[in-house]
Amino acid sequence: MGTSTKLMTRMGDGTAVQMTREELRADIEDGVAAAVKRAKVPPLDDDEAAHLLEIFAAQERMTGVEAGDEVVLSCDGSTSMRASRLDSLTDAEDLGSDLCELQQPDYSYKAVKTVVPSEQRLMQEAQYRLTIPVQYGAQADLGRYSKPDGPCPNWSQLLPEGRIDEARAAQEEAAAESEEDMVRIGEALWEAGADGMNFDTTGAAGDADFLAVLKAVRRLREACPDMSIELGMASEFVLGMHGELEWDGARLAGAWPVEQLRLAELAGATIFGPAVNMNTGRTVAWNVARALAIIKPCMDVAEIPVHPNVGMGVCGVPMHPFPPIDAVSRVSRAFVEILRVDGL
Amino acid sequence: MGSGDALGAHLAHMLASGMNGMRTAGDLVMRMQMTRGMRLKEAKAYVADRLGASVRDLSDGVVMQDVRSEFGIGRLTELENECVGEATAMEAKFNIAELLDLPINCVNRFRDRVPSLAGERGTKEGAS
Repeated sequence: MGTSTKLMTRMGDGTAVQMTREELRADIEDGVAAAVKRAKVPPLDDDEAAHLLEIFAAQERMTGVEAGDEVVLSCDGSTSMRASRLDSLTDAEDLGSDLCELQQPDYSYKAVKTVVPSEQRLMQEAQYRLTIPVQYGAQADLGRYSKPDGPCPNWSQLLPEGRIDEARAAQEEAAAESEEDMVRIGEALWEAGADGMNFDTTGAAGDADFLAVLKAVRRLREACPDMSIELGMASEFVLGMHGELEWDGARLAGAWPVEQLRLAELAGATIFGPAVNMNTGRTVAWNVARALAIIKPCMDVAEIPVHPNVGMGVCGVPMHPFPPIDAVSRVSRAFVEILRVDGL
Repeated sequence: MGSGDALGAHLAHMLASGMNGMRTAGDLVMRMQMTRGMRLKEAKAYVADRLGASVRDLSDGVVMQDVRSEFGIGRLTELENECVGEATAMEAKFNIAELLDLPINCVNRFRDRVPSLAGERGTKEGAS
């Protein structure tokens, strides 16, 4: 293959583009460099970058890991809008999911707390029907606790007015409410037979959101020692919407995945899911190179399984409702073969 | 995993790199990660040892269908129609708890609900 031969690859929004092998190589190097600069992580080594280039330069429609290297998939969001939730879970089992997740379409613990008894009943029924583990999942979704949706002052309105102390107090109040809701829901679903709880999209509303989840995880770990607790992140670093919150002496604002992992382990999580943001204006190869470099430090120090979030719009999977198979399978293979992740 | 599009990203990941649940031993490896916090290599080795299989066999759907039937730890429902007497969900999970020496929450609660089963525990460590 000549160096000028054009290869089909994808942009971060899923659009197909043509690039030469050298252009792909340069993109991968640039993605790694972006990670080094932004997250202060070591670069991928030469062999890892070369392996990534081979994965993206290959032109098969689909690619995959070597037989024997398969990983487990912690599949959240297993229920469908087009079938009953219980039937959706059995479909997930039949498809070959390693676990499935009962959820509300409104994926917020604040919304779930109003329907806990029916969620408990469904969980019990699901446990009677399914052999694979069934976890319950939603997100802290701290913004829902601010007015007009919730009881707390709205820090997004207070901050632009320079009312910093009031904005911080509002976030602390919301975090306390959220923590209490998540603990109560977790205990209720555990009582109904759940195998575990998933705290998804953690930190979406910033450091107070992350703190609420960490506190809830610690309380649930103490109350239910055998509960599986998955803590999945919303983005690559924790936004400092509050800015002064700490957990175990560590400042939460600005925490990158390796620090997020340490805090998740301290709280008592059993699975950690880092997320790295997408740049839709760059190629999938650029985004994956950047994501691999940012998450790589986790793999050397993790004491619990690390399952990077590889759903739509994170860690290199294109930001499109129907991510192309060629791109998704390359992301999948890259994380397994280069980072040796524990799952996805 | 955060699949977003459950039948797009999810299926592609399953085919590219997934163990594929009850088609193989994916659900068992997942249980060791969920409940014991084991990393992948340790979890696979543990499950393989318990099943008397190789680590490579854990991802082989042909091998694992026989192994799952032998241990009564559940096979997919399509197969159960052809194999009356195979363990179904709760039976399979009782056997998985015993096989993996692992507390399974719903199994322990089921025991507690059935007076004749109360007091029996499938794991050495007891119930949660």
